[in-house]
Amino acid sequence: MTGHHHGRIRGGFIEHTIEGLHAAMDKALYAEHSASASGLLQRLDPRVKVAALAAFILVSAVTAKLWVVAAVLLLAMILAALSSISLWVLATRVWLTTLTLSGALALPAVFLTPGTVIYRVPGLDLAASAQGLRTAALLVLRAETAATLALLLVFTTPWTHVLKALRMFRVPVVFVVILGMTCRYILLMLETAHEMFESRKSRTVGALTRGEQRRIAILSTGALLSRTLQLSNDVYLAMQARGFRGEVFILDDFRMKGR
Amino acid sequence: MLFEVDRLTYRYERTNALNDLSLSIPEGSRVALLGANGSGKSTLLRLLDGLYFPETGRVTYRGEQLTEDNFANDEFAFAFRRQVGLVFQNPDSQLFNPTVFDEVAFSPLQMRWSKAEIRERVMETLDWLRISHLKDRAPQRLSGGEKKRVALASVLVLDPAVLLLDEPTAGLDPRSQGQLIDLLVQWGGGAKSVIIATHDLDDLRDTVDRCYVLDSGDLAAEGSPDDILCDRELLERTNLVHVHRHRHASGEFHSHPRLHA
Repeated sequence: MTGHHHGRIRGGFIEHTIEGLHAAMDKALYAEHSASASGLLQRLDPRVKVAALAAFILVSAVTAKLWVVAAVLLLAMILAALSSISLWVLATRVWLTTLTLSGALALPAVFLTPGTVIYRVPGLDLAASAQGLRTAALLVLRAETAATLALLLVFTTPWTHVLKALRMFRVPVVFVVILGMTCRYILLMLETAHEMFESRKSRTVGALTRGEQRRIAILSTGALLSRTLQLSNDVYLAMQARGFRGEVFILDDFRMKGR
Repeated sequence: MLFEVDRLTYRYERTNALNDLSLSIPEGSRVALLGANGSGKSTLLRLLDGLYFPETGRVTYRGEQLTEDNFANDEFAFAFRRQVGLVFQNPDSQLFNPTVFDEVAFSPLQMRWSKAEIRERVMETLDWLRISHLKDRAPQRLSGGEKKRVALASVLVLDPAVLLLDEPTAGLDPRSQGQLIDLLVQWGGGAKSVIIATHDLDDLRDTVDRCYVLDSGDLAAEGSPDDILCDRELLERTNLVHVHRHRHASGEFHSHPRLHA
């Protein structure tokens, strides 16, 4: 029986959730695959990469010259192309989101910064100034550049190497360990949620009412939360069983060499 | 005596997991804690590993009582963790490090071994378990069998005197199961103590010399693998076998326990 009943929605809430979870796992897998591809940045030592990309981010953050930020962004795009990262991936995953967020923040500056008026909004007491436009452009370009450089690091470096490089820059052990474990278990819970929704799909016939969708969402969230708590408890016990006494030690030696 | 469990009771919020349980495990023995799901065997393993502490009764390890106060003492805790290793049923809860190498290095690092010694011991252990090719792999990129081996390596790296295993063969394909059993039989040349919580009765005769059967938190029986495997009434009563009904070529139906002991 297919859903033509009143209040029923076609197209499937469960299917949409599964698609969303799939997309999230795909993104994680993309980073893993691109990090093991052969390219310019993939061959660099992670510490050199972290230091160089951080330096570029710093340059674009402190300079007041628009052309300098634009040049760094161009350089980031060239590095992406030389490292088998498609510009389409950067555009859809980085530029669009960053533009929306930083654009919304920068927009008032166009009208609030005093200076030479280049456009008056008809019917409103608002005028865009050349200086305002420049300030807004600088803000948006800076955000785009920083996001692109950060994503380049993630897309060209195995996660474990990023963690070890962070240690080299004196990031505290506890922070690095928690970051590593968070990433590990987010992926696991993503898989678990995916399996839960697939098993739900295999037992669901026809479309669901909004009420049924809400019920499934609440039950699944509850089940996932309960599993997460159980797992975190077991992880803590497993750490204790192997000698953890509140202070973590890790092997953070890392030899400087090309991969 | 390696472990002595004396009139032990342990409760989760509303349910009794173990009731007034007493048993002794001698040094160098290989023991199976048998029981269906929910019989209390995993809880008992955690009590033996000093992760849980009983409400009433006591657990002693080589004459020393396992209490929270004793574990607050670094010297006692490190000595115990060095000697007793627990492999969890779900390897995902045990594999929390970014790579296999880091995972196996975790325990020696907590024991403050030197880095050179750690590197050597980790590689030896990975080689012994034939998983050195996985050393840079992230845990989420491992198969079920590989995860179990890494979890085992992460405990064996300390060369403990006692190995506690919670359902070591659960979820493994027959080949991986066989390989794991072979490894356990070989481990320590048979001189170490092994305590396995399981409901899998295959290979029992090859792996252990004593069995304790748990049923809803009570000790239902103890004996040699032969004694236990031949007691069909016990196995059926404790849900370790089920009566299998099938049809023969002649068309007649026939029923017998699933295990051909």
